[in-house]
Amino acid sequence: MAEKIKNTHHEPLFHIVKRDDMPQWQAWLIRIVTILVGFLLVGFLSMAITEKSLGDTYEIMFSGVFGRLFQGSTTMLWKYLQEIAILLCLALALTPAFKMKFWNCGAEGQALMGGLASIFCMIEFGEKLPYSTLIVVIAVTSILTGAIWGVIPAIFKALFNTNETLFTLMMNYIATQIIAYYVYIEGGGSNVINPVSYGNFPSVGNNDYFVNIVTVAVITVLMYIYLKYSKQGYEISVVGESQNTARYVGINVKKVIIRTMLISGALCGVTGMLLVAGKDHSINTNLVGGQGFTAILMSWLGQFNPFIMVVMTAIVVFLRLGVAKVADTSFLNSSFSEIIVGIVILMLVGCEFFIHYSIKFRHNKKEVKA
Amino acid sequence: MIIIQFICRAILLGVPLLYGSTGEIITEKSGHLNLGIPGVMYVGAISGVVGSFLYENSCGNNIENMNAFLAVIIPLLCSVAGAVIMGLIYSFLTVTLHANQNVTGLALTTLGIGLGNFLGASLINITNSELPSIALTKTSSFFSAKLPFADDLGWFGELFFSHDFMTYLAIAIALVVSVFLNRTRTGLNLRSVGENPATADAAGINVTRYRYVATCVGSAIAGLGGLQYVMAYASGVWSNNAFGDRGWMAIALVIFALWKPSAAIVGSFLFGALCNANNYIQGLGTETQELFKMLPYVVTIIVLIITSMRKKREHQPPGSLGLNYFREER
Repeated sequence: MAEKIKNTHHEPLFHIVKRDDMPQWQAWLIRIVTILVGFLLVGFLSMAITEKSLGDTYEIMFSGVFGRLFQGSTTMLWKYLQEIAILLCLALALTPAFKMKFWNCGAEGQALMGGLASIFCMIEFGEKLPYSTLIVVIAVTSILTGAIWGVIPAIFKALFNTNETLFTLMMNYIATQIIAYYVYIEGGGSNVINPVSYGNFPSVGNNDYFVNIVTVAVITVLMYIYLKYSKQGYEISVVGESQNTARYVGINVKKVIIRTMLISGALCGVTGMLLVAGKDHSINTNLVGGQGFTAILMSWLGQFNPFIMVVMTAIVVFLRLGVAKVADTSFLNSSFSEIIVGIVILMLVGCEFFIHYSIKFRHNKKEVKA
Repeated sequence: MIIIQFICRAILLGVPLLYGSTGEIITEKSGHLNLGIPGVMYVGAISGVVGSFLYENSCGNNIENMNAFLAVIIPLLCSVAGAVIMGLIYSFLTVTLHANQNVTGLALTTLGIGLGNFLGASLINITNSELPSIALTKTSSFFSAKLPFADDLGWFGELFFSHDFMTYLAIAIALVVSVFLNRTRTGLNLRSVGENPATADAAGINVTRYRYVATCVGSAIAGLGGLQYVMAYASGVWSNNAFGDRGWMAIALVIFALWKPSAAIVGSFLFGALCNANNYIQGLGTETQELFKMLPYVVTIIVLIITSMRKKREHQPPGSLGLNYFREER
């Protein structure tokens, strides 16, 4: 028998190959399975910590989100829709920027500034202007302030290629301090501004959040059309794919960056307005409550498609409210829901790997006999 | 000596940022922008708190029974362990699973802050404390022990020798990292991985290993910053959300220091001074103080703009920062 030739070259057990294209239904199957696994994990984690049965846990989650829906009470359902609307509006605002590969981490600050403009108008002009004029003034100023706060980093990005991730992040904290300053002055040192009764959005059919929800629904459809069918939407995706290509086909990249961030900031400003005029009627530094960051994840998980974003925000808000209720009934800290949302989002981020790549294992080649 | 007091306070405030940014510099030098650092620092802080809480309890909450070495080393190890686990999650998702770095980092921050607040609140529940905080003053007394001769040397002693040992450790780590990055072969390899992973790979450097190790070591260092904040700055008192946005400031400091750990030392003290300036300027109303608190952020933005305008080659971020490396991609 001939001596075996030792193969000194080490072949790894498996290697990773990029998939060309996975059928949409398969990709969605993977995502749905991940979400289901996530929900199971949530159930078991809550069960382990709260010592309730799995069925009870899901029941509490459901009641935390929908309340007594089957008994005919829609209060909680509207609240749920309102929470979705706010997160979705922020995610929609960020989407054109992300599609352009502009990492706008400043939704928080842009929304805060929009909210500041709203409350400022409500307090200063509340008594002087008729209701309809006041609403228009609030809308215009909020949109403008949000847009200005968003466009400052964009101008520097366009001119000097300044890192936008950190620029927008820093702008958040500057906005926070401005709000703190304003609240201190307006609240007379008490750090609280009492709810203002002027310039509140009207309640429709005994429901305070109707205007907010409808506004965001309209924005969702408009954003879908804007990104998919408008020339500007196309320019955004070309710039996002490759700035060189964009320049080559004659797109003014600087103009697109600035214009897109104006839109992004303006929509964040709208969110601030919805929060102030449509919900809180007051302002504090925690107005947006970190949702500006969650919205980044929502926009990305929604594949830049507004309708998928609706689904993703609905799931995440469901988890947030549901788990908060579970935590509440077991005297746990409400941060429990932050952990759960974090875990599920990380799982969703991780599952994209199996959509874009496949693992090829080493073939067991039969050795050729000499 | 109000000026000495001001400087000492600035140093104390700056040290958590120094840990955070030294860690982030190592990670970014490998080409990974870890936006999860705020979460990592939270987890580092709470892990240390849990560790020292358990140790204090095992000693019957009596400082007589506590061994100084154990009281310090247990929180340190717990803090590093917690932070490394977070770093592993991040590197598994971004290096192995090629997930988007910004998205993974932000999700990690959500998770980390949630974990910190949840465990903090649970500990507060266990102790049945009246206040919404948990005090580990005994462990903290070991952490903030001063050098014995500091008081004898007057202002000089106060300025240079009166700090807690983790302050000196932070400076030492920053200097070691600086030498490591610029003067050693492994450091050169690490930088090459961050600049151009494909070239590094062709030269026989294991890109995946470098990125994993850089992220985990960076997270461990950043986690210590969280611990230093609780034990030295806050005198061992953990309360939820007290750590605030220091994690983001640490990331800003990386840019401020232009990816140089030695510059981060000065930068962190400057940031500390800026954060604290509002308390030392006479005659400021509370409302103006709020405006003064935005100084560090404004300064960061100005530095960001100036460095991007000057476009000096040695002041640029690592070439492939934020980009995942996939060998089979052309």
